[in-house]
Amino acid sequence: MSCRFHHLLGIEPLTREDISFILEQSRPFQEIQSHPLKKLATLRGKTVALAFFESSTRTRISFGTAASRLGADSMNLQAESSSLRKGESLIDTVKTLDAMKPDCIVMRHSSSGAPHFVQQHLQIPVINAGDGTHEHPTQALLDAITILDRKGRLDHLNVTIIGDILHSRVARSNIQLLGKFGAHFTLCGPAMWLPSELETLAPLGSSIRRVSNIEDAVRDADVVMVLRVQQERLHEPALPLDDYILLYQLTPERLRLAPSHAIVMHPGPMIRGLEIDPVVADCPQSCVLEQVTNGLAVRMALLFLLIGGPHDESKEALHAAD
Amino acid sequence: MLLIKNGRVLDPASKTDAVLDVLLDGDRIAQVAPGINAPGAEVLDASGLIVAPGFTDLHCHLREPGEDFKETIETGTRAAARGGFTTVCCMPNTKPVNDNASVTRGILERAAAGASVRVWPIGAASLGSKGEALAEIAAMKSAGIVAVSDDGRPIASAKLLRQVMDYCNSLGLPVIDHCEDTSLVGGGVMREGPTSMRMGLRGIPACAESIAVSRGVQIAELTGGHFHVAHLSCRESLEHVRAARADGLRVTCEVTPHHFTLTDELITTYDTRFKMNPPLASRSDRDALIAGLADGSVDCIATDHAPHDAASKDVEFDKAPFGIIGFETALALALGKLVHTNRISLMRMIELFTTGPARILGIKRAVAAGAAADLTLFSTTHQWTFRAADSASKSRNTPFDGAAFTGGPMATIVAGKIVWKR
Repeated sequence: MSCRFHHLLGIEPLTREDISFILEQSRPFQEIQSHPLKKLATLRGKTVALAFFESSTRTRISFGTAASRLGADSMNLQAESSSLRKGESLIDTVKTLDAMKPDCIVMRHSSSGAPHFVQQHLQIPVINAGDGTHEHPTQALLDAITILDRKGRLDHLNVTIIGDILHSRVARSNIQLLGKFGAHFTLCGPAMWLPSELETLAPLGSSIRRVSNIEDAVRDADVVMVLRVQQERLHEPALPLDDYILLYQLTPERLRLAPSHAIVMHPGPMIRGLEIDPVVADCPQSCVLEQVTNGLAVRMALLFLLIGGPHDESKEALHAAD
Repeated sequence: MLLIKNGRVLDPASKTDAVLDVLLDGDRIAQVAPGINAPGAEVLDASGLIVAPGFTDLHCHLREPGEDFKETIETGTRAAARGGFTTVCCMPNTKPVNDNASVTRGILERAAAGASVRVWPIGAASLGSKGEALAEIAAMKSAGIVAVSDDGRPIASAKLLRQVMDYCNSLGLPVIDHCEDTSLVGGGVMREGPTSMRMGLRGIPACAESIAVSRGVQIAELTGGHFHVAHLSCRESLEHVRAARADGLRVTCEVTPHHFTLTDELITTYDTRFKMNPPLASRSDRDALIAGLADGSVDCIATDHAPHDAASKDVEFDKAPFGIIGFETALALALGKLVHTNRISLMRMIELFTTGPARILGIKRAVAAGAAADLTLFSTTHQWTFRAADSASKSRNTPFDGAAFTGGPMATIVAGKIVWKR
C-alpha cells in the first residue's frame, strides 16, 4: 500500500484510514527504538531539511534523529541563525533551502498556515512540525499511537484537555485526530482561553464540551492531556500564575477523581509544579516519556512514507539496472 | 460636443428613467432630451446601455506620494476609469501622510498632470495620522481636501475625535473614521469566529468595529458634526448607524463590494488575497449589510481600493498587509450581488455610487442640463471575465481574479471627455 498524500500539513485533511495507515506503518519503527542498533539504511542518500523558524528543541531533535536512524542526512536551519533575522522573506529562505536539493522539508513556523503557503512554491513534500496556533500533526499522531498502546483502541474515547486550548496547536491536532474516531472532548481551562467557537472544531461524530472546573473535567476521562502553560501567553490577557496553579494544576487529588485506567499525557516541555504536579508526572498513569519515544517512530514512518515509499524503491531499482 | 445617443438615462437626482440623448458641451451637460440633433457633435451610441451620473468612490488608496511601486495616481485612476468611476477620493495614508496643504497640492498637481479621473484628496485628521496634534485641516481645505480621516487607523482617542468633529463641523467637512478599537484587535488578522478558530488565525471580534462606531455616534451627538463610518462591515455597527439616524444625527456610512460579497468562511487556504481590514465578516453580517444597502441605512458603496505589490502579499497570512484592489470589479459585484439578485433596484444601486457619496460630500450629481459632464455608461448584460493580470492598477491583489460577471462598465466620461471605453 502506498501513501495517499504528498505532504503532511495537518490532521484535518486526513481521513481515518490515512491516520490508521500511518500508525500501522509506525509499528516496525516503534520496535526499532528498543534495538541495540537503531540505524537503518532505508533512506540512505536522502536529505531531510529541518527548517525550524520557531525555536524548538524536542521536535527538531526528534525529526533529526528519525532522519538519521533511517540513514538520511539532514540539513538544519534554526531560528536563531536564520536569514529571516536579516530580513529575507520566508519564501526566499525556503527556495534557497530547496535549491540545495533536499528530499523533503520539515518545517516549524510561528505563523499559522506557513507550511501551506510554502508548499505552494515547492515540489518536495512538506511536513508541518507545528504552525502557529494551527496544527502540530506529528504530535497528534504520536499521541494516538501512545493511546493505542495503553488503551488498545482509539474509538469513542473520553478525552480531557486542560490548559490554554485557544492558542494550542497540539489541542487542535488532537481534536482533529481523535475526533475522527468519535472522541468526546472535555476542554478545560481559564475562560478566556476557552471561547465557545472551540465547540465548532469537533469533527463529525465527535463532541466538544467546555468545562471550567477541573474536577468535573477529569471525572469520566480515558485520557487526560495536560498542555504546556505558555508563560508568554499569561500576559495576554494577564492571568496570575498562582491562579492558574490553584485552578488548573493536575494534582494527584484531582487525578484520583478520574477513572483509575485514565492515562495522563503531556506534549512537553513540561513544567513540574505549574500545569502538572511532579507526582502526577511520574505516576504509572503518566505516559510522557512513551510519547517522546513514539515521536521517533511516527516521524520515521512519515519520512519513510513521504520520501522513501515503495514507489521510490522501484525507481531506485531502475537506476541500479542502468 | 459629445452626443450620447439612445442610452437609458437613470438619474437618481431627478428619478429619471427613460431612453434619452445626452449632449455634452465642454465640461457641462448641455441638454438631456429624446432625439437630440447636434450636427458636428461626436456621437457615442449608448443603445442598450445605462447612462448614469459619474460614479464617485469615497474611499481609495492611490499610494502616491511614497509607494509608487504599489500604485500611482496615474495607474490608480486608469483603473478607476475602467471601473466607471469619474471621481475618486484618496485616503491620506501616503508617505508622507497628507496632513498639510503642500502634500495636498502635490497630489492635485500630479492628478492634473496624469489622472484619468477626478482626484479629490482626503486630508489627515491628525499630524502624521499619529493621533496627537490636529493636522492643518483648514489649510488643506483651501488646497482642496473634501473630508478628513486618519484611515488605516482609527482617530486615536475620543478626545481627539471630539476636537476633529468640532473643528470640521465649523469647516463644513465630514469626518471619516476607520472604526476600530485597536485594543480589541490585538494583532488579529481575520474576523473572530469558527473559521479563525479552525485556521488558528488570530481573530478580530466584530465589536472591535461596533464599539468604535458607537463612540463616533456619541461624539456626533456631542458635537453636532458629520461622522462617516468607513467600510462598515458588521450588523452591530449598522444598528448604531440606524439608531443615530433615527435620532437625527449626521451619521453616514459606506460598505465595500467585498464585504457585501464575501465572508470569512472563504479563508480556508491562507490566501492573503482574502486579507483585508475590516476583515471579511460572517454570513449573517454580510446579509445585514445587504439589507442595509437595500433599506437606505447604507449611504454609499466605496471600494477601499488598496493596492499592494506582489512581494508584500506573497508571505505568511499573518504577515501580509491588509487590503485588495477594487475599482474594476465594484460595479460588476454590485450588479451581480445586489441587482441581479433583486435585492435592490438598478436606480438604488446607481444612487449608492453617485448621489449617495455626493450627499456625504455636500455636492450634487445629476444627469441634467448644467451639471458636470461626468457620466458612467454601463451594461447590465455584458458577459465578461475579470483578469487581474489585465488590470490597469499596478497591483494584482484581488480575490476576484478570474471571476465571471454579467454587466459592467462600458465607458467613462469625465468633463465631457471619454476617458475609457470598453
